[in-house]
Parts: sequence; structure tokens; C-alpha cells
Amino acid sequence: MKIHEYQAKELFRKFDIPVPQGSPASSVDEAVNIAKTLGGYPVVVKAQIHAGGRGKGGGVKLAKSEDEAKQIAGEILGMTLVTHQTGPEGKEVKKLLVEQGLDIAKELYFSILPDRATAKVVIMVSEAGGMDIEKVADETPEKIIKVYIDPLLGIQGYHIREVCFGLNMSPAAMKAFTPMLRNFYKMFMAYDCSLVEINPLVVTGDEKVIALDAKVNFDDSALFRHKDIVEYRDLDEEDPLEVEASQYNLNYINLDGNVGNMVNGAGLAMATMDIIKLAGAEPANFLDVGGGASAEMVENGFRIILSDPNVRGILINIFGGILRCDVLAEGVVQAAKKTGIKVPVVVRMEGTNVEKGRQILADSGLNLTTAVDLKDAANKVAELVK
Amino acid sequence: MSIFVDKNTRVLVQGITGREGQFHARQCIAYGTQVVAGVTPGKGGQDMDGVPVFNSVKDAVREAKANCSLIFVPPPFAADAIMEAADGGVDVIVAITEGIPVLDMMKVKKYMKDKTARLIGPNCPGIITPGEAKIGIMPGPIHKPGGPIGVVSRSGTLTYEVVHQLTQQGIGQTTCIGIGGDPVNGTNFIDCLDAFNKDDTTKGIVMVGEIGGTAEEEAAQFIKENVKKPVVGFIAGLTAPPGRRMGHAGAIISGSSGTAQGKVAAMKDVGIHVCEDLGRLGELCAKVF
Repeated sequence: MKIHEYQAKELFRKFDIPVPQGSPASSVDEAVNIAKTLGGYPVVVKAQIHAGGRGKGGGVKLAKSEDEAKQIAGEILGMTLVTHQTGPEGKEVKKLLVEQGLDIAKELYFSILPDRATAKVVIMVSEAGGMDIEKVADETPEKIIKVYIDPLLGIQGYHIREVCFGLNMSPAAMKAFTPMLRNFYKMFMAYDCSLVEINPLVVTGDEKVIALDAKVNFDDSALFRHKDIVEYRDLDEEDPLEVEASQYNLNYINLDGNVGNMVNGAGLAMATMDIIKLAGAEPANFLDVGGGASAEMVENGFRIILSDPNVRGILINIFGGILRCDVLAEGVVQAAKKTGIKVPVVVRMEGTNVEKGRQILADSGLNLTTAVDLKDAANKVAELVK
Repeated sequence: MSIFVDKNTRVLVQGITGREGQFHARQCIAYGTQVVAGVTPGKGGQDMDGVPVFNSVKDAVREAKANCSLIFVPPPFAADAIMEAADGGVDVIVAITEGIPVLDMMKVKKYMKDKTARLIGPNCPGIITPGEAKIGIMPGPIHKPGGPIGVVSRSGTLTYEVVHQLTQQGIGQTTCIGIGGDPVNGTNFIDCLDAFNKDDTTKGIVMVGEIGGTAEEEAAQFIKENVKKPVVGFIAGLTAPPGRRMGHAGAIISGSSGTAQGKVAAMKDVGIHVCEDLGRLGELCAKVF
């Protein structure tokens, strides 16, 4: 799960991690009032959307006076911000973060994330702060320092020294950063973060270390033990169909193609998308109804697929193990009758009770195409949407 | 012959009185697996279809001589259950549970380093030696006993698809293992490839991977250096968009790493027979094996 920068900074404050003084605003007046309390200009006005690349897209600006703050807040609030992560349609800005301007001496890159290969927590830092870190990793990997921490042992003094010396910090900055790094680690573990990224982390003229930016993601699987984080969820930032699907415990991702598909199991769902493409069509979604899906889940899945106006045909691919084919067939028939399917549907079923399932589909009187195997199914649906 | 489990494996089921645990314990018993005990804390002394239930893994190991644990415990308590099994003295732990927090699994992984037990999963369909023991949630009848092919996969239903196609071609399996779709898991591709390579009855291997991480690339390197048996490979997720989690917690492309294209290239590079069309995997296997 992703949260906004201002929410991440709220969390940082709870862990005594230094951030610039500032507050979120939902209107221009509110933004101006916050600017007045920051002890002078310049102030920084930042668009609050989940996508990265806000600065380049014109969503982060410096205001040198109250008038400028008012003008900039008015420009950014309500604008459709387009960045490399939002897609061409962009994202409407509904909230701002207004912060004090800082005297920046040095910009650093800092992140903490779980490393799947070593099953350790890795701290990644670089003196090349403020830049696209993927690019730094590609072009000058030697500029990135990685420090691995055993989660059973926790962060030790030498880990911190490795980070600080690696960043060429002055003794004063190192002294300021040591407790900060411990707190970052503490927060990462306490809240099951899947990413904490500060780009840039800044050293000020008077040797303070401050998190100028803040990106924090959480492990979805651990949200059951972090109710306070779930409160931070912003549904405006998510695809409405994906939100609806998540309410039914369906794993749905909206894509650009026109062949809707419904599959049980994530791996088979990905492979089904691939075979649709191989047959010359484009998948409209990823939808995993789960190994133990019920007729009701199948029905909900159907409705969500059909809510996407681009869908011109549907492929259902179920390998019945736990989910029996007769249960699936009943779900399909029910859903088809209730939603009034207007696009061709190809069904490929295999596994437990497959004969019974095929019989139910055949007896339904609905316009369903049955496929004998996966290849046949993909070819048939690709032909139908041509 | 087979790897990791066979007809002598004595299984205890952690979470046997829950809905999932009960359903699948029955399916395993029906297949012929020796399910000798169940564990549900607080329900010791009861039984499930005649299978005795114990309060702890240690009790079940001592009283029922179990040497393998099959885990259906819900995510908040699953890490605890895996560690209990490892400490309780079983040789093989099969964790079916999906949705265990990553930090929990990282700690489990470090904890397991000092233990002798092998962990399979989590978030996996389990392991089956057809005709001998089904320790998991896969449909038994699609498998064909007797070998000569070993199957290892990160996925559940995709593995069933692959096994089904093998069986339809008349090709049997020695053992089929789902290593799970989570970013941090126990047994990995290399462990399975190594075991299949050393197993005399296994004459060829099918390896099914997906986007995310670098496990397939590392496995390809291992195959190049160690495996003399033919390997057929498949990778799911050629059309997956970057940065999105495709159902499995571990199935995500980060930057330029973890793509299906990269994995396919790494596998082809070392002479693995890569299947690009899942619909034809059975045919390809019939040709190669």
C-alpha cells in the first residue's frame, strides 16, 4: 500500500525523524495560512499524489513571497499532473504540502527495503541524491552503497558507520544522522514497510540532516496488524475497478487491451494473458479469482471485467482443482443471466467435474463458446475480437 | 524413487480443525498419504476422522512419529507455526498459507538456518510424489505415477496445467513441487534441481518460473554448471506491466530486473528448452524427453 508524502512525514515525526516544518492544505487559503506560520520565505508548495516525478511535471514549486505562494497554490491545486508514473491521463491534485524552504548544502539518496535474495533488510544510500536512482544504478553502480541487516539481529553500530562513512558525512552530520538512521530502521520494522525512500535526504548549511522528501510503502500482507496505516489509504489514487475488486477479495489489475480474462491462480492468469497476446490480441486485465473461488466470486469477477468499456470478448480459463468446474459453470451462467453479457465469451475448463461443468454451460442456452484446450481458447477469443 | 517425500512420509497437519485444513487433510488421506496426526493448540485429545489431534508439534512427533508437517495456519500465526514445526523435529515442512508478511518470513528464513528441516513454500500448492504421497492442495488425479519427469514451479494452478499436459502425453512424474509465489521462501529452484539431478529415476525436469526476482537466472546458471538431464522451462508474465504486483507477492517487475524476457534469455542461453506457448508445452516435452 502507498501513502502520501505528508502522511509519511507525519509518521516520521512520531519516530523523531527530522522533516521540514509544514502541513497539508486542501485549499489556497489554507495553503497561504500555513505559509505564514513557517517563519519566512521561500516556502515550498508540493502536489500530493502517489506517483513519482512530481517536480519534473510542475507539481513542486518554490514561492518567495505570500503572493507567490497564493498564486502557485492556485496553479497546482486542481491541476492534472502528468508524470512518467501517472500515465498520459495524469492525476488531479487535491491536496498540497506547504513546507519551509531549507538551506541545502548536500543532497543524498537514502532507502530501506527488504532484499528477497538474501532475506535481509538492505539500506541503500548514495551521494548522488536528487537524481533518478535507477539511472545511477545502471550507469555508476559504484556510487550506490548497500548495507545488509539480519532482521533477527537488528541494526548495529557498524552498519550505521558504514552508511555514514560511505556518504562522506562530516562528524557533525554523522552525529545528527546516527539516531535518525536507528529510528528509520525501527519504523521500517515496526510498520512492515516494503519501501522507505528519501530522495533527497539533505544536509543543511548548519549540518542538520533532514528528510526533504518521503516515500513509504507497506507490505499489503501485514496490514492486518496496522489499522492506523489502513486509515491512510486514499481511494482517489487507485483504479476504481481495482478498488471494487479488492472488496470482493479478487485480484484484479486493469490493462489496456480488449480481451477480458478470468483465471484461477496468479501464475496461470499471467500465462493466460501471455497466450492471448501470442494469439494476436491484447489482454484487458489480470484477474485471479483464487484457488478456492465460489460461484459468487466468479459473478463479481464477470461484472468487473464488463465494467471496462474496452472489453470486446472474454476468455475464462479455469483449471479446476479446488474450484470445481461445475461450481464455476454455475457461476458463469448466473453472472451471464444477471449482467446480460453483450460480448462473446470463450470458456476453457479442465479438472475436477469438467464433464458436469460443460453440460451446465451447454444446457444454459447462452451464447458461450467452449474451447478444448488453452491454445484453442486463445485463438478463438482472438478471432472473435478482430 | 522420488525427492523429499514418498510413501513412508508420516504427515501431521497444523490447522487440521480449520475449514481448509480439514478439507485438504481429507483429500490427502483419500489419495493415500499417511496423515498420522493433526495439531491445533487447545484441541489436543480430539480427533478428525480418526486422526488424533495434539496441542503441539512436539507432542505429535513424539506420539504419532510424524516426520513432515503440512501447514494451513492463517497468515498472522503462520510464521510461528513454521518455527514450531522446525523446532519440533520434523524433516519436511510444507507451508500452504498465502499472505504471510515478508518481514515474518525473513525472520523465519534466518531462524531455519540453524535447523535441519526443509521448508517448502509458503504460498504454494505443496509437493506430490504421484501414487505415493500428496502433501498439499493439488488435484491428485491429474498426476501420473512412475516418472520419469520432475516438475518444479513457483505457481499453483499453472503447475496443474503443466502436469495435466504431461499426463495427457503419457509422461509420468517422479515428484512435483510448488516452491511458492512469495518473495522470501524456503526451498528454491536450485535445491529442487539438485535433488532431481541426483535422483536416478528422474530423467528430465520441467521448471516453471514467473516474473520477479532473479531465482530463474540463478537456476539457469546452476543448470549450466551441474545438470546433465534435459530441462524444459516456461516463464509466465511476458505481458505483465512493470511495477504491478501480479497476484503473487513475489511477482513484480522492479525497474529492469525480474522481467520474463530477461529470464527467458538466461534460460535459453544455457540450453534449456524454453516453451513460449503454454498451449504446446506437453508437445514440446514429448519431443525433448
